[in-house]
Amino acid sequence: MTLHTVNKSPFETNSLETCLRLVRSGHNVLLFEDGVYGASKGTRFEALLTEAMQSCKIHVLLPDFEARGMSIDSLISGIETVDYAGFVNLVTENERVQAWL
Amino acid sequence: MEEDGGVTKKFLYVNRRAPYGSIYALESLEVVLIGAAFEQDVSLAFIDDGVYQLKKSQSTDGIGMKNFSPTYNALGDYDINKIYVDKDSLEQRGLTLDDLMNLTWEDENDNYAEKPSISLVNSEELAVLMEQQDIILSF
Repeated sequence: MTLHTVNKSPFETNSLETCLRLVRSGHNVLLFEDGVYGASKGTRFEALLTEAMQSCKIHVLLPDFEARGMSIDSLISGIETVDYAGFVNLVTENERVQAWL
Repeated sequence: MEEDGGVTKKFLYVNRRAPYGSIYALESLEVVLIGAAFEQDVSLAFIDDGVYQLKKSQSTDGIGMKNFSPTYNALGDYDINKIYVDKDSLEQRGLTLDDLMNLTWEDENDNYAEKPSISLVNSEELAVLMEQQDIILSF
């Protein structure tokens, strides 16, 4: 298993789109820093995220999401929230980390 | 130029980055506030991820960074009340005007009535606005 991390807004770079195009079934994706904007409902990336979640698990770093004025209510359903300890767990549970900068 | 040497120019600050992920948003705000002391004709535009700077309910307790969003509320006190938000950028992000902070200013020519500072603009209006400026600073 691989942990894919995305830390840039999907509107700023195509990192999230490329990540989700190349992610394999069963992999984990973590959105953090400005990457968390991709986890929010109602953006033009919502369908892409929802589709990706059929084969892989998507996580969002909650402190980064909340810092930006987003609440759990605005999180796309199915995305799991993690705290910093959860981030560390993801890193240790996966065999490698692929950072999409 | 006026007799006392004061020159007023039209300044537009263009903000296109989200807060916290980089230093651009905070630095822009610092420059805007410093510039305000020179009594220039200042406008702010928020485009692309820049619209996220004005998102309500920012709470940075969990990330150990200063939440500088309340500072935008002070802009009205510095006579900065022309804040333009790109409607397309807002809509693409699933946001509406209600998701943004309610920034206001007091109109001293209208019995200090509190008025909204933010205007939603379309691409055409934004293009015209940019064309009217003497100086455009991008962040």
